[in-house]
Amino acid sequence: MTDKSDTKSHTEAYEARLKKRYRAERRFRAYGMAAIMTAGLILVFLLSSIVYSSLPAFSHHHTRLDIQVSTDYVSADAPEQGNYLGLVRAALRDQFPEVSGRRDKRALYKILSIGASDELQKRVIAEPDLIGTRLSLDVPLSDDIDLMLKGLIDRTLPESDRIVSDRDLVWADKLLAENRISRKFAFALFTNGDSREPEMAGIRGALVGSLWTLLVTLIVSFPLGVLAAIYLEEVAPKNRATALIEVNINNLAAVPSIVYGLLGLAVFINFFHLPRSAPLVGGFVLALMTLPRIIIPTRAAFASIPPSIREAALGVGASRTQVIMHHVLPLAMPGILTGTIIGLAQAAGETAPLLMIGMMAFIVDVPGDVTAKATVLPAQIYMWANNPERAFVARTSAGIVVLLTLLLVVNAAAIYFRRRFEKRW
Amino acid sequence: MTDTENQNVKIKARDVTVHYGEARALHGIDLDLNANEVTALIGPSGCGKSTFLRCINRMNDVIDGCRVGGTVSIDEQNIYSDAVDVVELRARVGMVFQKPNPFPKSIYDNVAYGPRIHGMAQDRATLDEVVERSLKRAGLWEEVKDRLTASGTSLSGGQQQRLCIARAIAVNPAIVLMDEPCSALDPIATAVIEELMEELRRDYTIVIVTHSMQQAARISQRTAYFHLGDLVEHGQTEAIFTKPQNQQTEAYISGKIG
Ligand SMILES: Nc1ncnc2c1ncn2[C@@H]1O[C@H](COP(=O)(O)OP(=O)(O)O)[C@@H](O)[C@H]1O
Ligand SMILES: [Mg+2]
Repeated sequence: MTDKSDTKSHTEAYEARLKKRYRAERRFRAYGMAAIMTAGLILVFLLSSIVYSSLPAFSHHHTRLDIQVSTDYVSADAPEQGNYLGLVRAALRDQFPEVSGRRDKRALYKILSIGASDELQKRVIAEPDLIGTRLSLDVPLSDDIDLMLKGLIDRTLPESDRIVSDRDLVWADKLLAENRISRKFAFALFTNGDSREPEMAGIRGALVGSLWTLLVTLIVSFPLGVLAAIYLEEVAPKNRATALIEVNINNLAAVPSIVYGLLGLAVFINFFHLPRSAPLVGGFVLALMTLPRIIIPTRAAFASIPPSIREAALGVGASRTQVIMHHVLPLAMPGILTGTIIGLAQAAGETAPLLMIGMMAFIVDVPGDVTAKATVLPAQIYMWANNPERAFVARTSAGIVVLLTLLLVVNAAAIYFRRRFEKRW
Repeated sequence: MTDTENQNVKIKARDVTVHYGEARALHGIDLDLNANEVTALIGPSGCGKSTFLRCINRMNDVIDGCRVGGTVSIDEQNIYSDAVDVVELRARVGMVFQKPNPFPKSIYDNVAYGPRIHGMAQDRATLDEVVERSLKRAGLWEEVKDRLTASGTSLSGGQQQRLCIARAIAVNPAIVLMDEPCSALDPIATAVIEELMEELRRDYTIVIVTHSMQQAARISQRTAYFHLGDLVEHGQTEAIFTKPQNQQTEAYISGKIG
């Protein structure tokens, strides 16, 4: 190679190889980038389409009515028993004096939401002084009128093809012309439980149900999972029995989740007679499902602690338990927490096992404890998606947005804990 | 026995055999180790030096499938008898490992860990004192006294190893085992630790595994040469290095095998 005549040809071959290698590397990078970009674009498309279609659910149209809180409808002695709907309807009639006749009036009332009097009722009960006075209040319109005002119903279609009648359009236009219509943030979405009326249906019941359920899941599966993992990884002798247990735990992680639902139905409800549709049972079922998903990463976290740390502790005379509690467990904590939180996030998105124990149910009340009847976010989303009313389309997307936000929060917590507990060695 | 004249035996190993599963790593070792001396275990790698060292504080117990036969006595008590508590034994027999392995905790907590778990310090002041004394003995005090709360892993390799020595002697053991303590260190850090060993042997019995002939010659009073799981020869370091009785020993010492 020191031969001078050889050097040049050598250099050419070398240059060619070098170029080829650089090209190959550039190509490889390009493939990788293309893959990432494709995945990213799909994700962005998915998220933005969900967020976009959820937007209508976050606002609702109201109309301003001048309400005479007359004592004919509400008595100062018992404001709770007042006929508030009557008050609101009277105010609406005043707005449209030309409407007469029972049937026409009925049709007129339908442009308001059935929750139109809720706020009035709340206010009057809180301030009985309002009785006998006149106040101006924004009351929610019905879901169909709201959709029409949002431009989601094509007014140019023949009357028979749309859900708002020509009369409804005239009334709405009159309110618009009088500047009585406003678009407000839909608090009901976050404060109400489920309802048959889209504009009254809220995510709160399902959100609270999900939180209760996940709380039970966490309380059951975290200690069980971590202790099982500690035992298997640190204490148990490595023999056939533990190998069998290990294989089975790995297999459990792959069992279809509906099987856990069947098991929960048979064991918790039919055998132990725990309440149906309750977060308690839902939490137990999801805990069963989550257990292997906690045990496996926890064991991995334990196995990843360098043996030198264990030796160091044993070497100064720490007992086995002390080695685990003082050294291995704290160092494994980030991994354990990450595994747990990912397991919980998966549990939060499960519907199939909860189907079997009655948590896919129409439940209006926000559950107050773990034995109250409840549903969960993904079940709620599914039920809304099945409802025929057009306005539930946006509600469904809004439910997904809330579920995704919950998962985002959970994952952010995972990252936060990881950072907090992380130590280098 | 080549040194029957010695009365000062601290550790007495008799017919020590070790199996890892089916494989036998030590074939019946008989060896006496003296108090207040540095004994060097030398031999080609894989010959069982570490295995023998780990018999002395029963660190082999934690290895799955490892079985130890024969007896190891410290002060005439067989440490493999049921009466001996392993945790208490390891407090009497400290160990320093090949790779510095400080806990990912502060320097202070590294040293204080042993005294804490053994309940050796009743209050903070005593603990402070133990930590200071141990770090001083390990020759590290001057370098770290202003940053005791810094992480033990933030120190240099040589400092980490001295921290590990301080951690081992903080529980006031009678014996300190060292498994190639300088193999991951540069020559200067090695010199510091060698000097330290000369110091420490006044109070402790030291057993050190080393792959460096020069180190064995420099720091030990006695040397034992292992080969393929057998103890081939042992005796005064000077004697082993100047006129080895066994051919294998001579070949190893002169660098022909290893
Ligand atoms: N944990 C273990 N499991 C199985 N075999 C081992 C283990 N540790 C050491 N051995 C075997 O025992 C023999 C002696 O090893 P060791 O004592 O580490 O040698 P040295 O320290 O002299 O290099 C080697 O053959 C090695 O492969
Ligand atoms: Mg070794």
